[in-house]
Amino acid sequence: MLDVIDLNLEFHDHLVPETVVYDFDLHMEPGEIVGLVGESGSGKSMTALAIAGLLSRHDMQKRGKILFEGQDLLTCRRSELRSLQGDDIAMIFQEPMTSLNPVYRIGPQVEEALRIHSPGIDKEERKRRAIQMLADVDLEEPERVYDAYPHQLSGGMRQRVMIAAAMICGPKLLIADEPTTALDVTVQAQIVKLLKRINREKKTAILFISHDLSLIRQLCQRVVVMQGGRIVESGSIEEVYGSPRMEYTQKLIAAIPRCEKKYARRQSGKSAQSAKGGMQDGR
Amino acid sequence: MKKKRSKNFTAGAILTGVMLLFVLVGFFWTPYDPETMDKSVKLAGVSFAHPMGCDNFGRDILSRVLKGSGTTFLVAVGTVAIGTLCGTVLGAFTGYFGGIVDEVFMRINDALFAFPSILLGLVFISLLGSGKYNVIVALGIAFVPSFARIVRGEFIRCKNLDYVRSAKLAGAGDLRIMFVHILPNILTVLSSSVMIGFNNAVLAEAGMSYLGIGVQPPDASLGRMLSEAQTYLFSAPGYALFPGIVLILMVLGFSLLSEGLKE
Repeated sequence: MLDVIDLNLEFHDHLVPETVVYDFDLHMEPGEIVGLVGESGSGKSMTALAIAGLLSRHDMQKRGKILFEGQDLLTCRRSELRSLQGDDIAMIFQEPMTSLNPVYRIGPQVEEALRIHSPGIDKEERKRRAIQMLADVDLEEPERVYDAYPHQLSGGMRQRVMIAAAMICGPKLLIADEPTTALDVTVQAQIVKLLKRINREKKTAILFISHDLSLIRQLCQRVVVMQGGRIVESGSIEEVYGSPRMEYTQKLIAAIPRCEKKYARRQSGKSAQSAKGGMQDGR
Repeated sequence: MKKKRSKNFTAGAILTGVMLLFVLVGFFWTPYDPETMDKSVKLAGVSFAHPMGCDNFGRDILSRVLKGSGTTFLVAVGTVAIGTLCGTVLGAFTGYFGGIVDEVFMRINDALFAFPSILLGLVFISLLGSGKYNVIVALGIAFVPSFARIVRGEFIRCKNLDYVRSAKLAGAGDLRIMFVHILPNILTVLSSSVMIGFNNAVLAEAGMSYLGIGVQPPDASLGRMLSEAQTYLFSAPGYALFPGIVLILMVLGFSLLSEGLKE
């Protein structure tokens, strides 16, 4: 469904051109969840924006091919790209605080893609579908959320709203650019669960971008590891996590905090502290 | 918490309301015909028959102030309307698209910006000729650069925000993104600059009429009256005083309102 071939992204806004993504290759099947990991600055968000067709800066050069169902998104006409955006390709962003327009109520924002891509649907039906969608992303009281303004919702709720807005046209590909980074851990787990359910029920392929390897392990079937704009390793979760070939991947995996270790460390820390306290008491 | 508006806003709203009422009354009713001259009351002082006295031709000053503030108000509104409309469209396109068009327009803008707007107004008046409507056009054009600059800055700030991206990703066209998604978000900034622009326009009109190139006699305008009054400053101080006070109150009301809005 999605084939990215030899994608190179190069910025020309300085004297010396700067390449942020080198020879990026990716293949995604319909209904597949692929994780894209890497440290900040490794080019993962840039790649995501390019796939979503959102990189239209004058001062950059894009080479390679991004084939979505056979159509090259880098060379196709803007009207063709726009007819895919929102309808077949959707995206959710990292910061739920800024990804909703503060001056509009939630309802119209969830409906936006529907309004653009299916102008034939009347107002009542649109509202019905939007509320259904809000209910589908496990928001309580979807009618109330529909009439609320973004500032009245919490971060987790806004991210759900974003997912609802992204999913309203039933896209084939959902790009999630660090959708859980700005949320706390319990909400993170809920969002991941939600994405998993959406993938299962609606057969939406998800490109999940994160720097959190443990989240990727829970969610994805395949993973691509990036460093400094290049792919350093890719394969199924078992392959990469079980026997990482590259040193960088090994380091990343080693950096996942482990519960037992942490617990043990805290215990030892505690005993050290109490010993110290005891000494002070003794004095 | 939100219901408590600032004192500035309340004071500004009341003052502006009173001035609007004053202007509105002036459009429909004046105690005397503002253009009828009467030798017998030439430069008369304050009296019951003429609450603000009479000018050098024996015209009732209250009537002329009522009519004149209407003219001044009209010119200011027209100026700000032209400035805001053209400035917003220009700023939106240059800010949103960027690139070479942006560069060209903004350098022209910078060049225009370097001149005070009164001076620009003077240039356009000398090209167009004087008169009420030409003043509006001239000042309007002179006001475009400042609005364009403000709007452009806001568009540049907004165009890379996530909600604009997600609108783009929903498949919205450029015009829809510019005017449906971004514009409402910059209205607060725009509205306070509209208020300030209004004040500047009132003062610019008064200034140009004072210089004798603005509104032409026998039309009354506050600036024109001030300029005519200066020769009679000692014999009939009311002639200069009352138009001046009305002008000050008008500007003050809008200043307070814009301050209040900003808070």
